[in-house]
Amino acid sequence: MERVPIQLTVNGQPYQAEVEPRMLLVHFIRDVLNLTGTHIGCDTTSCGACTVLWDGRPVKSCTVFAVQADGGEIQTVEGLERDGQLHPVQEGFWEEHGLQCGFCTPGMIMTAVALLQENPDPSEEEIRKAIAGNLCRCTGYVNIVKAIQYAARKMRETAPATAGIAGGE
Amino acid sequence: MTTTPIRGLGHPVKRKEDPRFIRGKGTYVDDIKLPGMLYLDIVRSPYAHARIKRIDASKALAMPGVVDVITGAELEKAGLAWMPTLMSDRQMVLPTDRVVYYAQEVAAVVATDRYTAADAVLAVEVEYEPLTPVLDPFKALEPGAPLVRPDREQKTNHIWHWEAGDKEKTDRIFQEAQVVVSQDLYIPRIHVCSIETCGCVVNYDRATDKLTIWMTSQAPHAHRTVFSLVSGIPEHKIRIISPDIGGGFGGKVPVYPGYVIATYAALKLGKPIKWIEDRSENLQADTFARDYHIHAELAATRDGKIRAMRVHTVADHGAFDAAANPSKFPAGLFSVCTGSYDMEAAHVAVDGVYTNKPPGGVAYRCSFRVTEAVHTIERMVDILADELGMDPAEIRFKNFIRPEQFPYKSPTGWEYDSGNYPATLQKALDAIGYQELRREQAERRARGELMGIGISTFTEIVGAGPSHTFDILGIKMFDSAEIRVHPTGSAIVRIGVQTQGQGHETTFAQIVAEELGLPVENIIVEHGDTDTAPYGLGTYASRSTPTAGAATAVAARKIREKARLIAAHLLEVSPDDLEWRDYAFRVKGAPDRFKTMQEIAFAAYTNFPQGLEGGLEAVCYYDPPNLTFPFGAYVCVVDIDRGTGQVKVREFLAVDDCGTIINPMIVEGQIHGGLTMGLAPALFEEIVYDENGTMLTGTFMDYLLPTAMETPHWKTDKTVTPSPHHPLGAKGVGESPTIGAPPAIVNAVVDALSHLGVRHIDIPITPAKVYQILLEKGVAE
Ligand code: FES
Ligand code: FES
Repeated sequence: MERVPIQLTVNGQPYQAEVEPRMLLVHFIRDVLNLTGTHIGCDTTSCGACTVLWDGRPVKSCTVFAVQADGGEIQTVEGLERDGQLHPVQEGFWEEHGLQCGFCTPGMIMTAVALLQENPDPSEEEIRKAIAGNLCRCTGYVNIVKAIQYAARKMRETAPATAGIAGGE
Repeated sequence: MTTTPIRGLGHPVKRKEDPRFIRGKGTYVDDIKLPGMLYLDIVRSPYAHARIKRIDASKALAMPGVVDVITGAELEKAGLAWMPTLMSDRQMVLPTDRVVYYAQEVAAVVATDRYTAADAVLAVEVEYEPLTPVLDPFKALEPGAPLVRPDREQKTNHIWHWEAGDKEKTDRIFQEAQVVVSQDLYIPRIHVCSIETCGCVVNYDRATDKLTIWMTSQAPHAHRTVFSLVSGIPEHKIRIISPDIGGGFGGKVPVYPGYVIATYAALKLGKPIKWIEDRSENLQADTFARDYHIHAELAATRDGKIRAMRVHTVADHGAFDAAANPSKFPAGLFSVCTGSYDMEAAHVAVDGVYTNKPPGGVAYRCSFRVTEAVHTIERMVDILADELGMDPAEIRFKNFIRPEQFPYKSPTGWEYDSGNYPATLQKALDAIGYQELRREQAERRARGELMGIGISTFTEIVGAGPSHTFDILGIKMFDSAEIRVHPTGSAIVRIGVQTQGQGHETTFAQIVAEELGLPVENIIVEHGDTDTAPYGLGTYASRSTPTAGAATAVAARKIREKARLIAAHLLEVSPDDLEWRDYAFRVKGAPDRFKTMQEIAFAAYTNFPQGLEGGLEAVCYYDPPNLTFPFGAYVCVVDIDRGTGQVKVREFLAVDDCGTIINPMIVEGQIHGGLTMGLAPALFEEIVYDENGTMLTGTFMDYLLPTAMETPHWKTDKTVTPSPHHPLGAKGVGESPTIGAPPAIVNAVVDALSHLGVRHIDIPITPAKVYQILLEKGVAE
């Protein structure tokens, strides 16, 4: 099949590649760039395990073609840590036992990062709404909510320096 | 004394496995990529029952990038068209002449990438002659029903009949009983749906003649043995690695055809093969849970004392009996269905039946068939209470096995290890304000509002199991641990069980920390690699803590006994003059003279007494003397919307008793997750087939997993009744909430509608179902 050149930035790193137009962004991230933190849990855009940030907005990367993301900036879970410092959301998931098998975790974390950029002080209800597109089979969500609340607190305390993630500096 | 805290039993130690997961650095099967790796994809049947007339792979094989197409005919030549199931049945790997369920594997394609493989699947032409499918297990038993399995000698769809208890005594009590209640309950087919699907990467290295299989396996050692027996490859030439696993819940216990085909392809083609199923395949063809049609009866006195229980169940096993049960228990531990209640007699019978549906009958985060058992008794007790006009709490207090009756011999032959049921229920009722809720319910009822309170006081049975009774294909269900203490006082622990999110790398380190007095951060736990871990039967049925947890404690105690000799040598006293206290060997009467394990470890390599072997390590294969019996009391409060039939779980309190707690944070997390997997089948999940046997719920769009929006903010509490026979007193907890929650929720919904004459509703209690009832009762808005 014919291949199309694309250029995009992933976790601040520029990449160029030639891909089939039908290649999903999630496969590009996982199989071409070998960033396997982004997972695949379904084939109907239901589970959110594949969630990444595309120009700062959370998207299910199983439902985006790599060619659509041409020229865009992608952020995956691997890009959250800065100078050996975990992102507050990562820290929150560890502190509050917000993960068990860890399979949904990268997607959950990316969704939470996006939420806290928009809403630094979400209520429990708002958090639950924000992660409603991310399925977790292990945790029962209570500790995920707590993890995000932990991150929100931490980010408010240390704002504005580390709030959110800088896209592609 | 050591300055670093030990943080053994009872500490909420943050999980050791998390740093890799929160960074996206876990290694799940689909993350493994080998040079030259090919991708396998599977052609599946669009029919539930059909004869295969022709398979034409020529178009697929002509596609660039397609390497091979494998069919049943080819596997048959290699003797691999069939494989044994764990229940002494056999199962098709790829069919040679017929398909027996929708989405069954029909052929496999191998290609250079996943997209080409998926294209090639569509290009394989299969001609079918549809046959009448058998879908209803009752009809399957009627004379003249089409045969699901003509390959068997017995020309019937009946698989087996199994019973437990004393039939004669039970029947006698029923004849003379003052009160009898009976109910049909259907516990539908559901699917575990771990967020990671199943798959494998297989690599055969010709140079070393070694086969390595990375596999989504909850039981890598047992799978290695099965692979060796089926393929004839010597067991030491097979290495199964169960890497990070994205949830198991029972679904990763069976051996699926895909694993076998991928292994065959790797051996045939001499290239690494990856097979990862997609979600639809996972839902449509992988093993299911439940599917029990139950008829249950209770006999009681007029004042509410239960005297006997009688149960008959028809179990739909699909096209092959591929349940994952201990071999002697075709219906799992279903006979524990007398629950937390003392009664004179019980009789339980189960008939297994073939239908044209996917094979299975595994747990769904529950010990073998215990969910079905608990649902039955907890519903029946409420139905009896309703019959007698008693409060559901009161009838439970009246019938509980009393604390002084433990160890308690149940009428179906189980010996419950320990329990204090009244205390746990009382704690739950007090905490939730039961009396106040009943008052509120009365007020709301008067206003026409529908509010219900449901109780479930379940007993779980886990930790399979004692080797005299429990085996899988003859392999006894012991489990193992191996501990090696390094000279500088850190240690490696290898265990025969395998984690899929339960946190073994943390909790097993805590056990060793506690037993040896070494800081938890200096202990690393490894598991899941059959070349390095000691043999074990794997993680399911909440057996890890009861079996391998015990093995770990016993292995550590063996190390401590050797350490005592070294400490005596160092302190120049007799070993008998030492006692282990505050994480050190201390001279009796002079506790300031002591040696820590760290000092002893160094001496074990540098300065050990003459006549003693050097080093400090131990192995234990632990055969539990009995199962463990965790229990709990759950209270659920629901409100029902009269306009939509929607059930809202307003409040849910789970008081669990799992014996000694190793890590309270992890236990609480397990309970939250288990409760959510109890909520799911109670209100949402069900696998549905149409009249042709086509699955209608084959994706996450129609098979509804609860999201954060449907899941309530769980409240938990505990009582602690240690197991008397487990070295730590621990019982296991991962599945209690999944078995305890559904009846609490159903009992609450039925309670909300009981004044309208509703006595039972089958799960899942969907809004449509409830709204229909509201319409019938004339209270819909
Ligand atoms: S894999 Fe993208 S939503 Fe499930
Ligand atoms: S932690 Fe396992 S799916 Fe969320």
